[in-house]
Amino acid sequence: MSLLTVSGLSVHAPDGRALVRDLSFAIGPGDRLGLIGESGSGKSLTALAIMGLLPAGMTVSGSVLLDTPGLPASEVVGAPARLLNRLRGRAVTAVFQEPLTALDPLMRVGRQVAGPLRRWRGLRGAALREATLAALAEVRLTDPERIARAYPHEISGGQRQRVAIAMALACRPALLIADEPTTALDVSVQADVLSLLANLIAAHGMSLLFITHDLAVVAGVTDRVLVMRDGTAVESGTVRDIVTAPRAPYTRDLVNSARTFDAALDRRKP
Amino acid sequence: MSNAILEARDVHFGYRHSAPVLAGVSFAVRPGRSMALVGESGAGKTTLLRLLLGLARPGSGAILFDGRELDLGDRARRLEFRRGVQTVFQDPYSSLDPRQRVSRIVAEPLRSLGLGPAAVDRDAPRADRRAEIRQRVAAALDSVGLPADAADRYPHEFSGGQRQRIAIARAVVCEPRVLLADEPVSALDVTTRVRIVDLLGELTRERGLTVVMVSHDLGVVATLCEDIAVLERGRIVEQGGIDAVLGSPTHPYTRRLIASAPRLPAAR
Repeated sequence: MSLLTVSGLSVHAPDGRALVRDLSFAIGPGDRLGLIGESGSGKSLTALAIMGLLPAGMTVSGSVLLDTPGLPASEVVGAPARLLNRLRGRAVTAVFQEPLTALDPLMRVGRQVAGPLRRWRGLRGAALREATLAALAEVRLTDPERIARAYPHEISGGQRQRVAIAMALACRPALLIADEPTTALDVSVQADVLSLLANLIAAHGMSLLFITHDLAVVAGVTDRVLVMRDGTAVESGTVRDIVTAPRAPYTRDLVNSARTFDAALDRRKP
Repeated sequence: MSNAILEARDVHFGYRHSAPVLAGVSFAVRPGRSMALVGESGAGKTTLLRLLLGLARPGSGAILFDGRELDLGDRARRLEFRRGVQTVFQDPYSSLDPRQRVSRIVAEPLRSLGLGPAAVDRDAPRADRRAEIRQRVAAALDSVGLPADAADRYPHEFSGGQRQRIAIARAVVCEPRVLLADEPVSALDVTTRVRIVDLLGELTRERGLTVVMVSHDLGVVATLCEDIAVLERGRIVEQGGIDAVLGSPTHPYTRRLIASAPRLPAAR
């Protein structure tokens, strides 16, 4: 049984252009799938379609079925806002690329993290405060008390992304969608955030859909990848197979590009 | 050393009431040895590049161009400097004027610097000057691998990689000796990144261009550059030939940067 089953998903722009075409894949409990593609490949639209968050004017067809423990199996495509609100946060949540726009600039970090805890776990008062600090400590933010009091602009980019992860994981969603979560971060911060994400996903037995343009980043996080180009799936398989024996010409191009830079770095090494 | 094209000598820079942005930064860019300025956000890379471009002045210390302190107050020397040192920015979507045709964008340095033989000769007929500019724009577009008809189009008609090519064409049209590039490929997709790095490599080999590149991507830097300076919180913690620095890094910060670079699993 799959947690998420996407079948024949298509997304069309208001002018009729197909942005995602006939995409199908499934994610089971505990699975980690990487969605790889360059800008304009439709990978982020796929994420938005799964959350029912596509911009107005876009038309969706096909099916996105979410079947998570504790909730009835639900079809996202065409679902009313009431149903979607019940799914978001518990069945599926997302962490986006830019933590500065994901957080409310006028609200203290603690209150933002408390939001989902209040809504989904029904916590109030001291219990809510405790859960908020625990959520911040879980993403290995040192001094959670200070972070909780801070406004988003007062903390660093890496800390902001950890806060966004804490918010997303606060209600233990069955599926986490991470859309380029480390692209805006420095490399050493990226390495830390990636390992944090991988550990938390494993610790809570969650499933992960990891969206990125960077094959090297996804290789360290997921087991399987799906390569997209121009809105369609080009190739899918285990990370190892894709990286060592890419079949599609496009995937080969992608792997070779990443290898070019890796090789240059290796040549310099002793 | 005297043969450096650009040199930073004990450069300090800071804003009032805050920690220094740069402290005691010294390095030299030598002809034919492209240089990487590597570090994470807040390390002072971009500030350093602004100083090298003469867009800001160091609080103390000096930036030297051809062995002489940068003096942009002097018109002749400013023109000489602008002609010798050009720049490419990170974001190809905001660095090109959307209202101008590519031909006009690429010709901008020629016009503003009054460059090109016919353009310098004020007595030459207008038509000749125009023809000269057109010809040099076409040559620049060709050298970055864009078709000649690109000249008549607008930036929005091009992809990110193509826009970065336009930005590079604009920078090389006046045949500079140094190209200062601030994260020139970080906004691009991986496959496009390879092509743009290849293009920069080709320009350094064929046109004697020396690239000074700000980047946090060690793979890109290792592909293109001969020298490297690693910046951490406004100080150079390590510098030298790229083989030496990346091959046997001595500073813990450099080692951490190298260890953090995401890599593909090894091919079997």
